[in-house]
Order: sequence, then C-alpha cells, then structure tokens
Amino acid sequence: MKRYLVLARAFLASDLQSDRVVPPSGFTARLTVFAAAAMAFLAVFALALSFAAGRLSDRWSDALAQSATIRVSAPQDQIDRQVTAVMGVLETTPGIASARQLPPEETQALLAPWFGPDLPVETLPIPALIELVEGGGGFDAEGLRLRLQAEAPGAVLDDHDRWRRPLVAAAGRMKLLATGSLLLIGAAMAAMITLAAQAALAANGQVIRVLRLVGARDVYIARAFVRRFTLRAAGGAAVGAALAMIAVALIPAGDDGEGFLTGLSFEGGEWIWPLLLPLMAAGVAFAATRAAALRALKGLM
Amino acid sequence: MIELENVSYGYGSGELLTEMSLKLAPGSFHFLTGPSGAGKTTFLKLLYAELMPSAGQVTAFGNDVRSMARDDIALLRRRVGVVHQDCQFLDHLSLAENVALPLTVADREIDTRELVELLGWVGLKAQMDSLPPALSGGERQRAALARAVIMAPDVILADEPTGNVDWEMSLKLLTLLVELNRMGKTIVIATHDMNLIRSAKAQVAARVLRIKGRRLHLAGADL
Repeated sequence: MKRYLVLARAFLASDLQSDRVVPPSGFTARLTVFAAAAMAFLAVFALALSFAAGRLSDRWSDALAQSATIRVSAPQDQIDRQVTAVMGVLETTPGIASARQLPPEETQALLAPWFGPDLPVETLPIPALIELVEGGGGFDAEGLRLRLQAEAPGAVLDDHDRWRRPLVAAAGRMKLLATGSLLLIGAAMAAMITLAAQAALAANGQVIRVLRLVGARDVYIARAFVRRFTLRAAGGAAVGAALAMIAVALIPAGDDGEGFLTGLSFEGGEWIWPLLLPLMAAGVAFAATRAAALRALKGLM
Repeated sequence: MIELENVSYGYGSGELLTEMSLKLAPGSFHFLTGPSGAGKTTFLKLLYAELMPSAGQVTAFGNDVRSMARDDIALLRRRVGVVHQDCQFLDHLSLAENVALPLTVADREIDTRELVELLGWVGLKAQMDSLPPALSGGERQRAALARAVIMAPDVILADEPTGNVDWEMSLKLLTLLVELNRMGKTIVIATHDMNLIRSAKAQVAARVLRIKGRRLHLAGADL
C-alpha cells in the first residue's frame, strides 16, 4: 500500500522536465478532455438509472409481497355469505396480519380510472374485494386457495406474484442494462483515449525517436504521455460528472415517488459514486495510454 | 569498447554490409569513408544499436547487443554520444534544453554552470535560449556535438558532422572532436571529406576505414 502511495505521489508530483520533452498536443488534448467529460456525464446517468432501477425493484417487490387480494365473485344473494366465510377462513390462517373488505367507495376509486368517478358501484355486479396484509412469516398461498375453494367457491386469491415477478424482473433487467451501459461507457472511453494517445504518439514520432537516441528508457517516454492523458481524463471526467450531478439534482421529484423518470436521482450515500468517476476515468486513461505507448515504443529501436 | 565480428547487414533481400570486423579501442580515432550510399550511416547505427546485424556479432562494452533488453540499449546510448547527420532536435525546447536532454531523460540533475560552460566550449553561449529552427547549420552541428558529449560518453560517433557547414566551421568542429579524443574519448567520424581527414591526421593518430564493395577496408595508407 505504501509503495502505491509513493508511486501515486511521484506520478502526481510536478515533473516539468518529463512533461516538457513532449510538445503540447492541442487536438488530442481537447479530444481526451471532451471524451472523458462526455463519458462521465453519461456514466452519471447510467449510475442514476442503476440506482433508480434498484430502488424501484425493491419498492415493487416489498409493496406487492406484503399484501394480497381476495376477489369474491358470486350471485348477489350469495356474496355476503361467501365474504363472511372468507373472513372466517382468514382469521384462522396463520401468517395473515389483517384482512378487510374494501368499502364501495374504495372499489369505486379503483375503477375510476377506467369508468369515471360517477360509476354507480352498487348497481353493478362488481365482485367484493378483500385486502389482506401478510404477517411476519407470510402465509401458505396454496393451502389458503384450497380452503377458500371449499368454504367460498367464488373466492379467488391473488397474491400478486404474477404481477410482482415480471415487474421485479423488469427492474432487475433495467439495473443490468445500466450496469452494462457503465461498462460500455468505460470501454468506449478507453478506446477513445487509446486512439487519442496513439494519435499523439504518431504525431510525436520524431520526438520519441530523438528521446530514444539520447538514451531515454521506454518508461520515461511513456510516462510523459501517460501522465498527460491521465490528468486530462481525470479533469474532463470531473467536469462531466459535476455537470451531470447538477442535472440529476435538478430533475423534479415525483409526487408519489412511484414515477420511474422522476425517481432518477441519487439518495444519501449514493452521491459518493459519481464522485468516484474521475478516479475511474484516470485509471482507465492510465492503463489505456500506458499500453498504447509501450506498444508503439516496441516498434522503435 | 565496441567490437564487430563478421557483421553483415541487409535491407530486405539485399545485403548492404558484408562480414565486417572492427575493434574500437579506448581513446582511438577513426574516420569512416566511402561513397554516398555505401552504408556509412548504417555502419554507425550498428555501433549504437539502432540497427541489429543480420549476421555476425556486435559487442558493446562486453555485451552482445542482440541479447540486450530495450532498457539496456537505452543505457548503452548514454555511453555512446551520437552526432546525427540531420541533427535532430526537439523544436519546442530551447538550445540549452536540447543539449541537456540526455541528462533530463536519465533523470540526472543539470548543473547550469557546467551546461553554460559546455555551450561556451562549442561557441553557442549566446544562443542558449534560441529554439533550434532559429539556428544555422553550423550552430546545429555544434549543438549536436555538445548534446553528444554532455553525458561524458566513452565513445562519440559523428555522422557527416561537417556536411552542412563551410570549411572554417568544419575545422572548428574537427578541433572540438580532436580535443575530446585527447581527453580519452573514442571517436568515429563518418565523412567523405578527404581534406578534413588530412587535417585531422596532422593533429591526431587517426585510422581511416573505407566501405567499399560492401566490405570494410583499412584505407590509411592511400591518403
């Protein structure tokens, strides 16, 4: 660890002579800074997407996993009897914390998005809905279904599993997509910096040749390029990440926290991650430039 | 110091230099002559390992150059000062920085007083802050010589050092090289300037080598 700290300090320390032997390269410098800034900007959004997808997945999973609905569809004269039977079954089923029949106004509110607010619920053959909340250990859904079938044939248990699974899977895939995007962004940044470094190395072929002829070792020549590109990548990434963080912070928050796009932000400790991007960009630039420089130098005696 | 044993070198299918053998003793002074395109520059490049022989063996300071790692070749070049025909400099650095470049790349401290003294020795003290493109041909040649000697190398190789300068400047450069030889440095100068060789032989015991028909001959007697 101490060795790495010494190396890092030597790398970051002002080495004007080493830097000066390679002439300033305007175009490649601007390209590197721009590429790093753009990639860091995109990476911040990919990170935000990843965190948002994770939160959404957890929320959907938690919210839907802790509740279930029993729908009682029966002729009007049998509904009350079957509801009573269902409530009786639920009272004796372990793992159920509470159960209640939804009053007509709540049922109306559920149907309002499709039929409007003036729906005369009482005149329509709408099934009765019973909402139940799971207890600590959860309940045996299959056992409950069998008991309901025997006691109230019109009752159907919906434990939300068939809704929950695709939603959680979709959120999981979204998270995977965001992680994949981050890796692609990193790879694209490495490719761009490699190209910029190769362009700089090619443009400075004569300089490198002179340096070799006066006794410069490969690591000395590579160091001048590596340091330059690493610092530019870190600087560009810092600017890009800062702008993206401001942009993310300015995204308006949703009313109910359920909206996906409005949840595209960082919470608490998550804000640390975008701050690490300049360091990661520097690491990518260091590795990419060093590899490109040493590869290019091998072709020269 | 540097020894060639049956060394051949070829570009592609053709052979440019054939079975050359030579021993550069410490403190010796050699001229290398031959017509243009005979392979004088190639021969010098073999001596400082910019080119590798296609056959035979080049030994520098006891090591076969073909088995040397790239870092070792870099270290070898710190012991061999080279004055190139085209005097390559880094155009964005001042003359003084260019002359001090071998020290810079070796991570050695630059003694400003010694650097100024060296520039004075080659008559370039007044131009030390100038950029290379602003220098004349003769000034560039002298700057290249100063850069070649700043590491106090054991061997100095000069490829047509007087090619682009007038006779007066040629003699001045020759005098500097003779002075270095008197300080114990081994000198090899590739040139086709017979007058320069005659002037040198009047000052120092120089051997003259000639590349003729792809082979290296001792040519001292016929000059």
